Amino acid sequence: MEIDLYERIWMWAATALIVVFLGAIILTTGAEAIEPPSHVETIDPATISTHPEFATPKVVQRPDGSIVVPVVTAMFAFSPSPIEVPSNVPVTFRITSVDVIHGFQIAGTNANAMSIPGYVSQFTITFPKIGEYQIVCNEYCGLLHHMMSGKLIVK
Amino acid sequence: MTTTTMTATTTMAPATRNTLALANIGVAIAAFGVSTAMGLLQSLSIADINFPKRSEELYYMSVTAHGVLMALVFTTFFIMGLGYVIAQEGLGAIRGRALGWIGYWLAVAGSLSAAVTILRGKATVLYTFYPPMQAHPLFYIGATVLVVGSWIWGGVIIASYRAWRRDHPRVPAPLTVHGMLATVILWYLATIGVAIEMLGMLIPWSLGFVDKIDPLVARTYFWWFGHPLVYFWLMPAYIIWYTVLPRIVGGRLFSDPLARMAFILFLILSTPVGFHHQFADPGITAGWKLAHTVLTYGVMFPSFMTAFTVIASLEIAGRLRGARGLFNWIGRLPWSDPLFAAVALAMIAFTFGGFGGAINAAYAMNSMVHNTAWIMGHFHVTLGTTVALTFMGATYWLLPRLLGRQLRFTWLARAQPYLWFAGMSIFSVSYHIAGLRGLPRRVYSASLSGDQGAPWHFLTVVAAQGGMLLFLSAVCFVSVVIATWTSGKKIDAPPFEFAVPLRPPVASIWDRFGLWTVVAIVLIAAAYAYPLAELLSHPRYGSPGFKPY
Repeated sequence: MEIDLYERIWMWAATALIVVFLGAIILTTGAEAIEPPSHVETIDPATISTHPEFATPKVVQRPDGSIVVPVVTAMFAFSPSPIEVPSNVPVTFRITSVDVIHGFQIAGTNANAMSIPGYVSQFTITFPKIGEYQIVCNEYCGLLHHMMSGKLIVK
Repeated sequence: MTTTTMTATTTMAPATRNTLALANIGVAIAAFGVSTAMGLLQSLSIADINFPKRSEELYYMSVTAHGVLMALVFTTFFIMGLGYVIAQEGLGAIRGRALGWIGYWLAVAGSLSAAVTILRGKATVLYTFYPPMQAHPLFYIGATVLVVGSWIWGGVIIASYRAWRRDHPRVPAPLTVHGMLATVILWYLATIGVAIEMLGMLIPWSLGFVDKIDPLVARTYFWWFGHPLVYFWLMPAYIIWYTVLPRIVGGRLFSDPLARMAFILFLILSTPVGFHHQFADPGITAGWKLAHTVLTYGVMFPSFMTAFTVIASLEIAGRLRGARGLFNWIGRLPWSDPLFAAVALAMIAFTFGGFGGAINAAYAMNSMVHNTAWIMGHFHVTLGTTVALTFMGATYWLLPRLLGRQLRFTWLARAQPYLWFAGMSIFSVSYHIAGLRGLPRRVYSASLSGDQGAPWHFLTVVAAQGGMLLFLSAVCFVSVVIATWTSGKKIDAPPFEFAVPLRPPVASIWDRFGLWTVVAIVLIAAAYAYPLAELLSHPRYGSPGFKPY
């Protein structure tokens, strides 16, 4: 196959660019464990009303000082709300849904996960800045989807 | 090949008019026209600009209709029409025309069934139709029948190719045909995913044969289909870029073998990447998401190659028109030609859209933008401009050749691509920024539960201005099409001419579609078999259907 010299240079440059992009992703994943929420755990959505963790979800402090926040999404509210957590402490959110798929997004941060019935979504994040944050549902969940919001208070 | 194509078509009489192509393109443009009006209403609604009958029901129903009509109906029918043009002009004949009509009517019936169900408010589930949100069975069945119709179209294209191949052993197929074959094969591989989801899960569940459905498994099948769907739209646009654009401007195709290679790379790389739409999902392990990320970046490569080849082909044209110096050739290009302007602007949009896509696919960075208005901004630059504007430009080129009629309102056709580009720039940049600030996508009102719109309210109002320009542009486009179709001056249909490569095409490994289909299947199996098996092996509970609309 005859390839023009300039085209050859371009193809190598494109390859280099892709390698740099991928390198940046793989490096941060490997070195700093920066990963999207990929927790694997299933739960029966029909039993959430009697579930020890999710029936009345509350912010829990672990013995090591880290925080766990179970969150239940339902049309059209987040529970608990408001959520109060301390700043500069790892906070683990555990999220599940009782009905349709919802989104759990803390606006202005990179906390962003799908809440899928039958599964528990989980990720850990540290909030360095004190303040109030909006929690929004970012997956269409019915006619009042846009009304579904919550509040996070970082103290 | 080009010479035979030209002689075959210059003599084309109205009697041999490619009605199959015209019928498909007609449906595509009708769907596009209806859908753009809905787009305008949505951009107003998000910005809290009131209009009569504005309601949540109307908003979410019209988001569903806009998505289905644009992403599934407009694109599929346009591509089917283009496929029939290419079969006729590149291969000399469409084999199985009658079957082609059966496919067409199935696809029309399926689209109507889905569209009417949506408009009646019985399927407000968006074009992604994620369960356990449940639609009326006729929505799922209609969408499935549309896909079945397109499968028949694919069969006609392949049969036409095989008939041609018997008479033309060992010569490479015309590049148009090569690109279209890759598109057809990709479509078969992609639609396996959605067929499993529809036939195995959604249809029996919506009919009440089974009570529960696993939403995550269904989503996974959807995105097996959902990402290559993007390339199903993009590859026909690339066919136009590679084969029509250089010809229109009087240039030559810079590199034929690399164009062939690009189509093959799309064929094999664009399906095993679906998890990049599911980064935020539980239940899929990080390692598999990373694997799909690597392949996602791989699929950028053929787009980089396309950028080089197409721009080099245009530079040849500019220099043949007497351009000197480094950049002077750009000004020599026919910026007032509707096809050229539309396609060139589509390509500029793709530069931004492509890099935006690289950000979306960036694994951790995706968390900043996932399901925010940024994504709306992104796919309106890519599907909404790169693909849609290319198809609009191609329509200006196709109609006189298919109808034997002169384009009417040429000045409108000239202005329309610029209007679209301007409108989309305003619309898309605003939503990109609003998304970064946290505005979720697909909301009836950007003030959300009442008073939360402050960080992005202004941006949504600006986006609505963009939406108005887009609608105006769409009105121009549809007016030109209707006027040309019904009352364009009758002329001898101009020939379909495609770009001639600098060096004549030679047979190569890129022509071996059997081999590449196998490679594509192996990659899909490698990317999906294990994670799907893992997903299916968990204790799973399933969900009943919900209809909160």
